[in-house]
Amino acid sequence: MSIKILLYIAGRAVKGLLVLLVIAVFNFFLIRAAPGDPAQVMAGEAGATDEVFLQQLREQFGLDQPLYYQLWVYINNMLHFDMGITYRQQMPVFDLIMDRMPATLLLTGAAFVLSLLLGVLAGVVAAAKHRKWPDSAITVAALVFYATPLFWLAMMASLLFSVYLDWLPSFGMQTVGEDFAGWDKVRDIGIHLVLPAATLGLFFTAVYARMTRTSMIETSRLDFVKTAKAKGMKPSRVLYRHVLRNALLPVVTLAGLQAGQLIGGAVLTETVFAWPGIGRLMFDALFQRDYNLLLGVFFISSAMVVLFNLITDVIYCVVDPRIEL
Amino acid sequence: MKKIVMGVVIACLPFASSVYSKPSDGGTINVVVQPEPPSLMIGMYSNGTTQQVGGNIFEGLLRYDKDLNPHSLLATSWENSNDGKTWTFHLKPDVLWHDGQAFTSADVVFSVDKLLRQTNARLRTSLAFVDSITATDDYTVVFQLKEPYGPFIRLFEVGTMPMMPKHIYAGTDYKTNPANHHPIGTGPFKFDEWQKGSFIHLTKNENYHVKGLPHIDDIYWHVIPDAASRAVAYETGKIDVLPGGSVENFDVARLSELDNTCVTTDGWEFFAPQAWLWLNNRQGPTADKRFRQAVMYAMDREFAKSVLWNGYGEIAKGPIGSKTKFFDDSLPDYEYNPEKAKALLKEMGYDGTPVRLMPMPYGETWQRWAEVIKQNLKEVGIKTTIVSTDVAGWNQKISDWDYDISFTYLYQYGDPALGVARSYISSNIAKGSPWNNAEGYNDPQIDKWFDEAAVAFPDSKRAELYKKIQHKLVEDVPVAWLMELEFPTIYNCKIENLIDSGIGINDAFGTAWIKQ
Repeated sequence: MSIKILLYIAGRAVKGLLVLLVIAVFNFFLIRAAPGDPAQVMAGEAGATDEVFLQQLREQFGLDQPLYYQLWVYINNMLHFDMGITYRQQMPVFDLIMDRMPATLLLTGAAFVLSLLLGVLAGVVAAAKHRKWPDSAITVAALVFYATPLFWLAMMASLLFSVYLDWLPSFGMQTVGEDFAGWDKVRDIGIHLVLPAATLGLFFTAVYARMTRTSMIETSRLDFVKTAKAKGMKPSRVLYRHVLRNALLPVVTLAGLQAGQLIGGAVLTETVFAWPGIGRLMFDALFQRDYNLLLGVFFISSAMVVLFNLITDVIYCVVDPRIEL
Repeated sequence: MKKIVMGVVIACLPFASSVYSKPSDGGTINVVVQPEPPSLMIGMYSNGTTQQVGGNIFEGLLRYDKDLNPHSLLATSWENSNDGKTWTFHLKPDVLWHDGQAFTSADVVFSVDKLLRQTNARLRTSLAFVDSITATDDYTVVFQLKEPYGPFIRLFEVGTMPMMPKHIYAGTDYKTNPANHHPIGTGPFKFDEWQKGSFIHLTKNENYHVKGLPHIDDIYWHVIPDAASRAVAYETGKIDVLPGGSVENFDVARLSELDNTCVTTDGWEFFAPQAWLWLNNRQGPTADKRFRQAVMYAMDREFAKSVLWNGYGEIAKGPIGSKTKFFDDSLPDYEYNPEKAKALLKEMGYDGTPVRLMPMPYGETWQRWAEVIKQNLKEVGIKTTIVSTDVAGWNQKISDWDYDISFTYLYQYGDPALGVARSYISSNIAKGSPWNNAEGYNDPQIDKWFDEAAVAFPDSKRAELYKKIQHKLVEDVPVAWLMELEFPTIYNCKIENLIDSGIGINDAFGTAWIKQ
């Protein structure tokens, strides 16, 4: 890797850190603008409370301090790589997030790979068979999955595959109460992964398929493709070597966007399938006004977005050497 | 001092199990827990699901049957003095904490006087009537009251007064004690594992102090955040028990008809949840008594009951639920009568000022109920706008009195002094809590009667006072009572004796067993 690329990456990293800091401050004020506070939520759930109890909670959480001081404490802690303690679980935020991270990465990662492979494949097939029946079939299917709300799809999938057919489990990440080990455990998690990953992946599959198809049809009309054909190159080689490679750029952009959502983008799927991931952690924290936890999840997700934007930019110039950093 | 013996030594705690065939041991119960509790430390968190799971790990001195009569648990017998002011509890010997230490009177004194007094807002109110708590020997505890506090004997249930291990908590910061993550109780089940976001696992306590119990080996509480997914999980047989309120009401009828499915509304007698509309007594049209009465006449509560609640529950007649002590059934009815409502509104000269209506943020049923009420009120000429908010926002709006009409429901805890007075006495008008006198009703006569009724002795005197209170409140309509709610528990019929006390699922599954 050249010095130029390294310098570029370093520069972007510094900018990224600044962006993260600004985001953290912005988030801090944004979530405090929501009505209610964690003490009130907890007291509310308790079904009985008084001022003493609320005061105890606020003191314990440090919410009785002035706002600017709370912000200072928060930023200061963050600079020391300390995300604080969750109000509800009384656990370090970082531990809790790391606890949930593998589940989410497994789900979103599986959906990512699935949708990228399937989507690009479908797009290529549709473009190759432009205006023939496979093209129509793929376009219609992509449109349907693109337009269907995720949660509805999830519910229907679990009705069909769990209730009626009884092929796949409808909730959780593994069979509770069975101490599987080794390959049994992998298989068990795999079975649980099918429905959530498929539902989460279908939307992006549709997006990739449509994007790849359009992009390829457009590229195949360009002059260099005609030249390649005129040279007498094999059609399949034209398709993959010339058309696909040039048509992939917009797909890479989209993939970068999806990758940025690997952490926080599965809230609905995780909720419907009771998948113990970060999306749900964030969703619960939002309703419980668990500021520290929420800020922690926000921070990690924004870090992912910054990181994947950078990676996407680097990949651009690998895919298309004409692009300069 | 001559004493009246009120409790009798009861050999064993099951009060209902003997009618079935001989219980068999073993098996696993899978239950839904929604929402995931913040902690299982029942002494510090009073959340509904903390109590559901924690009630298996911890125990109170007494249990209460479905008629709310006290039965022995950690206390074998108890007496009250003639003047009603001295309560003596005799503890069961040979009870062990899950870590093997002995449970003694020192634990009781510590739990009530130190830990719970600091952490439990609801018990703290009642402890104001207690002068001293002393251990006279290892197995005897004496509660000296300032006055004969009527509801005292109803305070010993596990959710109100759970016993906490002194050897673990004494001298520590209760909130941050590491044992909060691995609770140690005396109950029939021990804490094993909690995978956050997935499940909580409890296992059989082999050294449980009631011989032969529990029958079940393992309990798994599953965290499934979506209501429809919980219904599906039950349908696929992965879940055996759906505690009341864990699926949407419109799914209850369908699930009830599945094979091997049992439905019961038992196990809520102690809580007797009463739903009503807060009517802000301080400002706007709701400050006028005639407006509030008009709201009562305008509501078609039978419709709401049959459509929204599948016919479960009762129409509420007044502040005290019909299952709670001292309910007076001679109260006048507010029947569905739009004409009467219109007449009252005309009489007060209501000018059509629109009012805000805030549903509870606890699921689809409450949203729909708000739409029904909106329709009802519109028919008598009251214009409403529905205000939507989430749990935190709802709590804040009620706590800050920033509403006109809002839904709520509150538990009654078996005695009007524990669960009813709090919503009507003027000393409970304070910002900061959605569970006190949030409507701002202020009547010195009612205050006086409630004060007297809490300490009147014997019960007949209390009944007289509560009768007066109910008639006066029903006339004044400080809040618009909706229904006595019933939350059906849906479960697989293979489980016997799932619910055998007045707190239902919140009690341990100590006597439950699975038919082979």
